[in-house]
Amino acid sequence: MENVFIIIIGAIFVNNIVLAQFLGICPYMGVSSRVSTSIGMSGAVMFVMTLATIVTYLIYNFILIPLDITYLQTISYILVIASLVQMVEIILKKVSPALYQALGIFLPLMTTNCAILGVAMLAVQYEYTLVEGLIFAVSHGLGFGLTIVLFAGIREQMELIDVPKGMRGAPAALVVAGIMALAFMGFAGLV
Amino acid sequence: MNKLKIISKGLIKENPVFVLLLGLCPVLGVTTSAFNGFGMGMVTTFVLFMSNLVVSLIKNFIPAKVRIPSYIVVIASFVTISELVVEAFMPDLFEALGLFIPLIVVNCLVLGRSEAFASKNDVFSSVTDGFAMGLGFTFALTALGGLRELLGAYSLFGYSFIEGDGMLVFVLAPGAFIGLGYLTAIFLKLIGDR
Repeated sequence: MENVFIIIIGAIFVNNIVLAQFLGICPYMGVSSRVSTSIGMSGAVMFVMTLATIVTYLIYNFILIPLDITYLQTISYILVIASLVQMVEIILKKVSPALYQALGIFLPLMTTNCAILGVAMLAVQYEYTLVEGLIFAVSHGLGFGLTIVLFAGIREQMELIDVPKGMRGAPAALVVAGIMALAFMGFAGLV
Repeated sequence: MNKLKIISKGLIKENPVFVLLLGLCPVLGVTTSAFNGFGMGMVTTFVLFMSNLVVSLIKNFIPAKVRIPSYIVVIASFVTISELVVEAFMPDLFEALGLFIPLIVVNCLVLGRSEAFASKNDVFSSVTDGFAMGLGFTFALTALGGLRELLGAYSLFGYSFIEGDGMLVFVLAPGAFIGLGYLTAIFLKLIGDR
């Protein structure tokens, strides 16, 4: 039980996926100009991340290890994630059109989100069990959601500020992300 | 298209990091020193070069509907090759780059060049484009790595100039974001974008 708590706090705050591990920077910078879209994005990330971690865990332990072909990890994982994203898209379209509409273009973008592949690989690297891996993935998804929604909130406010010409757009956003990373460093040593 | 134009586009006009903001995860993640940045840049250049070559060779045989998965398989093969080579011959670099070598598969820059350039152009132009984009990427990584190493450890490529420990914050995560922010602003100013 204690172990589970450490995984959750560690994944959300201490080793935050965006601000401490630098994974998923593309959606972090790209889809964070509005709070509403960033909420949609983090929902999609959390969903696919959890599914992908479970499926890749099963593939790694029941196919790659018994056949001794672990060097195929990268290729098999990315193929699994790509088809999983496609499958989720088709199922959602049929089962829950409302959710499909809400996630919209974020689903196909998921294939090239390095946070998904990164978390799936880290879960294997840390030798988690299936349940631990599941908790690990959900908390990393929550951590991603927390940072991207906070960041989107700051960026919405920044539109009203007169930023110096040279720093407008990406440079100012990166500096803000740096200050957020500085704030999250306060969690270091918590677990 | 003029080859020199392709090269100057990859290095400066459409620099993948400073102008296009593509593939930022490794840019921020591995640039704790100039050498790590340079190493990561070279590995990515190799993958870009080879995947552009193969994609442009096979572009006419792939049905449009399954082109993205096919490109990903091509890219993943070259990433696995470079992963094994780096692990065998440069174990120190492999240790430093860690998870970011397999993650080249999902670097939007590599897939982006396959989709936007190699699938539409002849082999020689595609190879030039892959090489130029790789060089631009390496340049950005080395510059950011150099800046962070200089401020964070008072050294460059492992040679220290000044006594002392440096400003630790530049080696840690916040320094990556802030350093890249200011470098981007300076780069955009220099190429006359603002």
